[in-house]
Amino acid sequence: MKHLLSIADLSREEILGVLDTAASMHEVQHRDVKKLPTLRGRTIINFFFEDSTRTRSSFEIAGKWLSADTINLTGKGTSVSKGESLRDTVMTVDAMGVDMLIVRHPASGAPAQIADWVDCSVVNAGDGTHEHPSQALLDAYTMRRALGDLEGRHVAIVGDLTHSRVLRSNLLCLRALGAHVTLVAPPTLMPSGIGAWAAVDGFDTSYDLDAVLPTVDAVMMLRVQRERMSGGYFPTAKEYAVTYGLTARRLGLLQDHAVICHPGPMNRGLEISADAADAARSLVLDQVSAGVAVRMSILYHLLAGEGSDS
Amino acid sequence: MSAAHPSADPGRIVLSSDDINRAVRRIAHEILEANKGPEGLLLLGIPTRGAHLARRLAEALRQVEGTEVPVGSLDVTMYRDDLRSQPTRAVEPTHIPGDGVDGRVVVLVDDVLYSGRTVRAALDALADLGRPRAVRLAVLVDRGHRELPIRADYVGKNLPTAQSERVMVRLAEHDGAEAEGVRIAGPAAPAGAGAGE
Repeated sequence: MKHLLSIADLSREEILGVLDTAASMHEVQHRDVKKLPTLRGRTIINFFFEDSTRTRSSFEIAGKWLSADTINLTGKGTSVSKGESLRDTVMTVDAMGVDMLIVRHPASGAPAQIADWVDCSVVNAGDGTHEHPSQALLDAYTMRRALGDLEGRHVAIVGDLTHSRVLRSNLLCLRALGAHVTLVAPPTLMPSGIGAWAAVDGFDTSYDLDAVLPTVDAVMMLRVQRERMSGGYFPTAKEYAVTYGLTARRLGLLQDHAVICHPGPMNRGLEISADAADAARSLVLDQVSAGVAVRMSILYHLLAGEGSDS
Repeated sequence: MSAAHPSADPGRIVLSSDDINRAVRRIAHEILEANKGPEGLLLLGIPTRGAHLARRLAEALRQVEGTEVPVGSLDVTMYRDDLRSQPTRAVEPTHIPGDGVDGRVVVLVDDVLYSGRTVRAALDALADLGRPRAVRLAVLVDRGHRELPIRADYVGKNLPTAQSERVMVRLAEHDGAEAEGVRIAGPAAPAGAGAGE
């Protein structure tokens, strides 16, 4: 494994390897000295062309806890703002001898394109509406901790499916681990061609959240990405919240053991109510906590082994 | 990592299951004698088989002394100095029982002592967890060929070997009761778990 660009690039065994290593890494978060020498002498660039709180900070913390030198760059603070092309910018950074580029970019496919240009490892930290592999891995890790083996478990992914990169990565990851997935959204936010996709990848779709909730072991609410919306996907925020939000009433439809996930950031009162976000069964903060451990595991698998020298 | 090496040579047995249990009991007595009792002891096994041996040692101490000695595991993978020269290794859990290692007499437990590099990594890992009062080393087999100034305090069996030979430790908890024992075989093969460091 040199790059992490898509969950599709990982076998089931590789996914489980990352998750099992993350379980060992999680213990480091509770130490007084949160430092392992594993990646000493490695240099990692966080290259974020979009705003991010969780992903960027957790990748940075993960690198630092593994003793790598981590540097943050944003599009605004680099020569990209002077008109330099993406290719020239990343090749310039690569020429400095860095070991890894962690890339967040608004264009789908940008990290894969960058991986073709550079010699170092590339991690996709979210590209447009395509994928967000590390988020899917940490979601699976969190659900496994709460539910055990995901084989045969039923997970509903609900909300703004059209604009969600988290959806694609999660769908691939959960299916690889044997979970049954149902996608729930209003027709306007259901991706076009979903029927053909569902037939190939073996998942269900529904427009009726109330009918699906009593059957799930986990429900993942997706953020309504209004910044990516140009048209009227739903009449009003209020109507969306009533029809597809995880309201206090809908909490009562869940089985006792069912858990709630949300990749963040949350629109409280829109796709998820405060009652649901703060419920005992909510794993939202567990997901954040797991984010560091899972990203440490990703860095370890990409940079620590034989042949990882750039 | 746990599978026996696919070698045609199963090796000759140098310690049977009974021999291993006798060695563990003897080491338990030696630890108690040197420590003047079980007070302050903390056993940390180095995964995979070292962790099983640590639990056996804790049980032997309980039988001899009647008190529970805390036992945990200390994974040293992230502290190894050969990570870049080998395929990515699986990382095992680290579990430190009770109040941690501060002020404790920590007994590191491993199956085979060879180059000493695993123990060096364990000492680094331990230093990140706290400050033990003392650190001791107990191993089932010392096969020699040290590359660092490290020696064991408690040894089940000193086993002179050639570097071309392999030492294979198999324990019931990990490899099944039928396989338990220590074997020595040649020629050299890529080192695996339980085959020295």
